[in-house]
Amino acid sequence: MSLATLAPLSRSLRAKSRSVGQALRSVSRLRSIQTGFGVAVLAASTPLAAQTVAITGGTVVIGDGSAPIQGGTVVIRNGRVVAAGSGVAVPAGAQTVDATGKWVTPGIVAGFTRLGIIEVDGVAATNDASGAQTPWSAAIDIVPAVNPRATPIAINRAGGVTRAIVAPAAEATIFAGQGAVIDTGADMDAVTRRQAFQFVEFGETGRSEGGGSRPALFLQFRAALDAAQRYARNPAAYDGDSKDSILPRADAAALAPVVSGEQRLLVHVERASDILNVLALKREFPGLKLVLVGASEGWTVAPQIVAAGVPVIASALNDLPSSFETLAATQSNIGRMRAAGVEVSIGTIDDDDPRMAIRSPQYAGNLVALTRLPGATGLDWNQAFAAISSGPAEAIGLGGEIGSLRPGRRGDVVLWSGDPLELSSAAEAVWIDGVAQPMETRQTKLRDRYATPTEGALPKAYER
Amino acid sequence: MRALGVVAAGLALAACATTNGERATASSASAGRALPDKNPFPSTYRAYPGRPTAVRGATVFDGEGRRYDGGVVVFSGGEIVAVGGADTPIPEGVEVIDGAGKFVTPGVIDIHSHLGDYPSPGVPAHSDGNEATSPVTPQVWAEHSVWPQDPGFARALANGGVTTLQILPGSANLFGGRSVTLKNVPARTMQGMKFPGAPYGLKMACGENPKRVYGARNTLPATRMGNIALDRQTWAKAQAYQRKWRKYAEDGGDPPDRDLAMETLAGVLDGEILIQNHCYRADEMANVIDMAKEFGYKVTAFHHAVESYKIADLLAKEGICSAMWADWYGFKMESYDGVPENIPLVHNAGACAIVHSDDANGIQRLNQEAGKALADGRRMGIRIPDEIAWTWLAINPARAMGIADRTGSLAPGKMADVVLWNANPFSVYARPERVWIDGALMFDAADPARRPVSDFELGQPGEGDVK
Repeated sequence: MSLATLAPLSRSLRAKSRSVGQALRSVSRLRSIQTGFGVAVLAASTPLAAQTVAITGGTVVIGDGSAPIQGGTVVIRNGRVVAAGSGVAVPAGAQTVDATGKWVTPGIVAGFTRLGIIEVDGVAATNDASGAQTPWSAAIDIVPAVNPRATPIAINRAGGVTRAIVAPAAEATIFAGQGAVIDTGADMDAVTRRQAFQFVEFGETGRSEGGGSRPALFLQFRAALDAAQRYARNPAAYDGDSKDSILPRADAAALAPVVSGEQRLLVHVERASDILNVLALKREFPGLKLVLVGASEGWTVAPQIVAAGVPVIASALNDLPSSFETLAATQSNIGRMRAAGVEVSIGTIDDDDPRMAIRSPQYAGNLVALTRLPGATGLDWNQAFAAISSGPAEAIGLGGEIGSLRPGRRGDVVLWSGDPLELSSAAEAVWIDGVAQPMETRQTKLRDRYATPTEGALPKAYER
Repeated sequence: MRALGVVAAGLALAACATTNGERATASSASAGRALPDKNPFPSTYRAYPGRPTAVRGATVFDGEGRRYDGGVVVFSGGEIVAVGGADTPIPEGVEVIDGAGKFVTPGVIDIHSHLGDYPSPGVPAHSDGNEATSPVTPQVWAEHSVWPQDPGFARALANGGVTTLQILPGSANLFGGRSVTLKNVPARTMQGMKFPGAPYGLKMACGENPKRVYGARNTLPATRMGNIALDRQTWAKAQAYQRKWRKYAEDGGDPPDRDLAMETLAGVLDGEILIQNHCYRADEMANVIDMAKEFGYKVTAFHHAVESYKIADLLAKEGICSAMWADWYGFKMESYDGVPENIPLVHNAGACAIVHSDDANGIQRLNQEAGKALADGRRMGIRIPDEIAWTWLAINPARAMGIADRTGSLAPGKMADVVLWNANPFSVYARPERVWIDGALMFDAADPARRPVSDFELGQPGEGDVK
């Protein structure tokens, strides 16, 4: 995008309060896809250009757990953060954005989602989270499912979510396949890191997909990893093509880097005993690079998680015994794990995961609220924000790339109308890889069309 | 409401008059005739003891749109005694709570919950919310599925400040069954939670769910036109049933056979049972409005109503409430056009807006849902004051549940259902500090002894935790 097109965009951001910062939970620009006469504003055909941008005078949050900096400046150049904080000089020729009275943060990193792989959950043809008919599992790579024009991507982008950990869902076996880290930019190049991890279901979901019992699922897991090791030792000799094979060749190949630790293994597990059994797998497969996902009862075995050095991506507000594997669920789970030394961040595990990563700041804010509740354990504000920015980035091994405004990170920056964790605040401008993003979405267009519900001189279909 | 109010006022009479399951009513037209008992499962709820209490110095949202800064709320004997500004007299001998920096509101009312019917843990043995064996089941009553030991009730109280909630059957059926309104007070039985004198509701459903569930079985309805056709056929039967019983009430003779399904529908046609209609799309709501006129009943509230913003003028004109989420969208086709400004747009058109949960987690944060909607509205220029927005959680749902004369605002004489928040409840950083129901302190964040623990959670990991 040229400077000429960028300028009107930011002008409209400031002037039109209606479309300004239509932030948290708005947006989407699917209409162009639906109707085919693409308002391809910033999409495929137009290559986006990253400008040198200096965002000045705002309350700057680095996202690494440090305290907000008043009156700070953030400089982005060539798609990367150059500097952020106080006393940062504005480079000559930079486009400046006045953030006085506002907050500037790294983009939200959604800790665990199905973002971009489902348009409408209830419409099967648009739901690519899993496949019931495929003979493969671990080999599945989620990337072909990612649709950068999916409505929820735009809505989350305009809500300040700039990156997401995207996992496939398990169906035929406990192995769901390989997930990716994506950005939410308005372009057709969404994938930040493909094959970023393997995702596997343990616990109640895993037992039903793994043969009907927990012992059966552990057997399935061990047998699959053993097969992957055989494959790794001698791929040519691996008999994975026969129907009776314990693990198809492609799945064995996909699990080889999991056994060796070259690829992370995200494990969904909730019950304390299941957590311990999963951690114990490291004794059999020492190379495993585990990340626990869910862990509603994690606080009850926090010292063991710390000792294992395994990071956790947890649901922030699960507090119901919604199943027998979450009997000890409490909103203090994350706070208590953090206090015990667990590297823990926030995800949306089985929690409207295709769409509602925009709730991440609200979740983080609720954990701050717990710090004032007797008997509860929450996170201080700085930790809470890190739990939705650098925390998930580090859990997935991308802390050097995304999740904070430390120098050299991707230029994913959000300008908020106020405290980003507060319900009344909204994202007013979003940059991804240094590129200013559109804030208009399908939702904002519906909203504007029906701001007055009655028809004017022509039907509503003529208003846009 | 009227009929049930009479019954509630005479519980002892009802109890001894129902030995054969039927009881004469006192109406002159039916003198001497045995009409079906309208309240065979009467409330046994009794307010727990409370201390006369005054909160002073707090910001008060009274639930009907008034705000008092540095305000005073006094309650005693289970009822609100006084509400007002700093000069409101505080009687001698009451416990006085310093509310400086805090907020007082009436208890949150959730018009759409499935707690108890779809309780935690959500195991198949607990799945009691949809009688999905026929699309027309107005004979089933949600109260007969309510499991009072659902741990979700206590979460809604402690984290959400919810003091009253309507439990609805699910939306698999066109006619899902009767709702029940509960006080959010733990009890051994459903009757022990039942809101005395609250009218019944009838859950109806439009759209995808009934046609999907029954279409998959190759039975009516498989389409939206099938939905309406079966709805209308059923209402026509209900009118005939109503005529039969009216004739009996007036002329006597042999009583007609009772049909429990038709009895519920006749209650709707008589105006005693309120229609709570699950419906997403604007065009479908318009069809339901015409159908209601055809058969002479009124829709009290559309639930979910994600497209209410498209017909907010029509809803205002018809006097129909919309019970809505703040920001849900896109999980099914009929929710595809959800916008986060739905609630303020409906409010702004002069229609009745309600924030509902339909969710065991969401019910713990209805104040936050309202806060998000409020902020989204303000960003598009709809400037609604905080104290007005609290009506979405208080008097509006109370009206749509037929209990506004008893609760839903901090008005003298009403039930002392009160929440003291430690900050502005539209902030993400706010939590209930204390919750009173009928003047009894049922939750105190500072006192673990005032934190209910259901039977299910006794002896389990995390028993009595803050949750």
